[in-house]
Amino acid sequence: MENVMYGWWLPPDVSTHGHQIDFIINFLHWFMLVLFVGWGVFMAIALVKFRARPGHKADPSGVTSHLSTYMEIGVAVIEVILLVGLSIPTWAEQKSEPPAEDEVGLVVRAVGEQFAWNFHYPGPDGRFGRTDVELVDGGNPLGLDSKDPAAADDITTINQFHFPVGEKVLLYLSSKDVIHSFSLPVMRVKQDAIPGMTVPLWFEATETGSFEVGCAQLCGLGHYRMKGYMTIDTAESFAAWMKEQAELASFEDDYY
Amino acid sequence: MSDHPQSFWSKYIFSFDHKVIGIQYIVTGFVMAGIGALLSILIRLQIAWPGQPIEFLGKLFPEGMPGGYMMPEFYIALVTMHGTIMVFFFISYVLVSGFGNFLIPLQIGARDMAFPLLNMLSYWVGLVSALVMLGAFFVEGGAAASGWTAYPPLSALESAVPGSGMGQTLWLLSMALFIVSFTMGGLNYVATIFSMRAPGMSMMRMPLTVWSYFVAAILGLLAFPALTAGAVMLLFDRHLGTSFFLPAGLVVGGELVQAGGGSPLLWQHLFWFLGHPEVYVLLLPALGIAFDVLPAFTRKPVFGYRLSVYALIATGALGMIVWGHHMFVSGMSPFSGEYFSIATMLITIPMAIIGVNFLASLWGGRVIFKTPMLFALGVVAFFGTGGLGGLFLGNATADIQLHETYFVVGHFHFMIGGVTLMGTFTAIYFWFPKMFGRYMSEGLGRAHFWFTVAPFYTLFLGQHFLGLQGLTRRYYAWDSYQYVADALPTNVLLSVAAFVLVSGQVLFLGNFVWSIFRGRVAERNPWQATTLEWTTASPAPHGNFGEHIPVVHRWPYEYGIDAGGEDFADQSVAPDRAPVTA
Repeated sequence: MENVMYGWWLPPDVSTHGHQIDFIINFLHWFMLVLFVGWGVFMAIALVKFRARPGHKADPSGVTSHLSTYMEIGVAVIEVILLVGLSIPTWAEQKSEPPAEDEVGLVVRAVGEQFAWNFHYPGPDGRFGRTDVELVDGGNPLGLDSKDPAAADDITTINQFHFPVGEKVLLYLSSKDVIHSFSLPVMRVKQDAIPGMTVPLWFEATETGSFEVGCAQLCGLGHYRMKGYMTIDTAESFAAWMKEQAELASFEDDYY
Repeated sequence: MSDHPQSFWSKYIFSFDHKVIGIQYIVTGFVMAGIGALLSILIRLQIAWPGQPIEFLGKLFPEGMPGGYMMPEFYIALVTMHGTIMVFFFISYVLVSGFGNFLIPLQIGARDMAFPLLNMLSYWVGLVSALVMLGAFFVEGGAAASGWTAYPPLSALESAVPGSGMGQTLWLLSMALFIVSFTMGGLNYVATIFSMRAPGMSMMRMPLTVWSYFVAAILGLLAFPALTAGAVMLLFDRHLGTSFFLPAGLVVGGELVQAGGGSPLLWQHLFWFLGHPEVYVLLLPALGIAFDVLPAFTRKPVFGYRLSVYALIATGALGMIVWGHHMFVSGMSPFSGEYFSIATMLITIPMAIIGVNFLASLWGGRVIFKTPMLFALGVVAFFGTGGLGGLFLGNATADIQLHETYFVVGHFHFMIGGVTLMGTFTAIYFWFPKMFGRYMSEGLGRAHFWFTVAPFYTLFLGQHFLGLQGLTRRYYAWDSYQYVADALPTNVLLSVAAFVLVSGQVLFLGNFVWSIFRGRVAERNPWQATTLEWTTASPAPHGNFGEHIPVVHRWPYEYGIDAGGEDFADQSVAPDRAPVTA
């Protein structure tokens, strides 16, 4: 799926929940089309049929049919069904009730900053090391405290987001400076990263591939280039990537 | 009242007359619109030809476009200022303040506003706020560049973005002044409508235009001051070291920010508590004006007057409680997302009633395609098209995918840009004879209509598709994303549409200026319409109604009757001279 272009309709969907969002969007398109054609045709007929001609007078009684009332009720009923039956359940599943940490295959933090995405993996011990803003510097963008034993095996990357296919991913989203928005169009995920807040979100991929990660909230002059890369790995290649990152981290530790 | 002599200054500049103030607002608004439109051309140039130098622009904007290459900070400043100027200083000035001032006393049979001095102050404070906003272009760091929504911390910290220096401070000051000006105007509208109506003009005999201004003014009075407070708080955060919107532990540009305890989301709530009602403050008058213009050119009463009044009120009331649908993915409680989805769905009901009443008003009429009618039909068409796009964005779940894409840009340009623009032109072509005593040219008017509607539809319908595809708004170089690379031809097409749209407005400008001096002289009631402003001379004199205030005997839609050779009766015609239908 390298270098994929999304075409003129919705981008491809590689998430387990995305089909619900797509169904809503596609259904609304058909619904909208019916309404659009309906009122468009009515308006066109009215304008042609009742155009001013010599000897033609307006009929002040106008529309006497109650059809429009029934149609309004019909539209309202369809909207209620869509909202209560589909939209709110999907929203609740996706936003209100994120899975617990022991129900997912990977827990990861994403922290936005001008103009990059930092990713923080807890490593084999499954615990995030302590972070402190006082420790933030060029080589340590998250302010990870190396004295904390839980931090020893942590892995941080910049703009490189890997996760395994077929497993739930729980992501804690926050920001260091201004508001950003974590946008994964193919995963049907978009969530603002608010400084001072940590927002949980979750998703599960159905296919491997690599895609662009964008920032969807104006965050300064480099907003357009706040671009990361998302790689959906197989379980094996994800493990290999983690190992490689761990080696890289220890090499850097030695080097500095 | 109309007798005392007036100097040039007191008649045309520091006038208390609501008609002069209205026209001052309209002219100021059109100047601002010209500036906003030029900004949009620069934006569209960068979108269609990203990174291409345009040499002569480099000479015009040596800092923003050195050598003709646009700088990213200049681009987002353009986006910010285009939005701010068009929403607050064009549509709001012309449609709400301009025509509101001009029409309300004339249509309810009053000699002026309830508080003429306050009215004049409202204009002058408004003008100062516009000048402060424009002044931001000339200060160090350039104009505000945090979007027209000015979300902190981006808008709170000078180190976060170049335009976040003096430019942002001026932006906030200007917004606070704008709201002060609007509040003075809105109070005046409500007081005038409550207390200055002519004898017989009961509330349920008011034209829908007046109803729409009434609801819009109440809405503005309730909602806008929230942002005054917000703007002052943000100014404090910026200059006095408070932390209303700044949480602890911010690291900007490698520096730890000394702040703590604030919430960036608080600003979003305050902003959208103004921002969403603002949409209705602008939209409702456009709808009200279309309701009044359609009957004059179909020669039959408007369909469902009472229901439309209730729908306008319901839209206003619900418009106060749906602001959170701009914040579905902001990180506010997800339960609020569910609430705001439901509230937003509720508001489609009164909106649908208004749409249906528009369409039903056409049925059975004698449709006369004069320029004001064309634009009124434009209101109907844009309202229908834009409203359907709202079905998607009001749905929190669909919004996950569509938020901050060009789908949103296309949608709000149809509603807050298109419906209101159509409403503005409807009003101009319809009431121009009452303002200046002359007609505007029909031929130029029709050409202007098609040169506006066709490119507008192309441009903003096209943006919906780009949004579906995933193109994010406010990217200086959107083409740095590989996945949307095939959007380039579409963007070139849309930019061409934008250039046609803007240049098409020259037809209007020429027509407007030429007609003031050379237009065909208009009689008292050129459209054979029924509301009170058409019972007085064109242009309406100082004091509006000669010696006697008209007495109202009937509703404002007495069309399609048999009244001694005429098919209409204005509101002041006595019942014994023409049948009363409602």
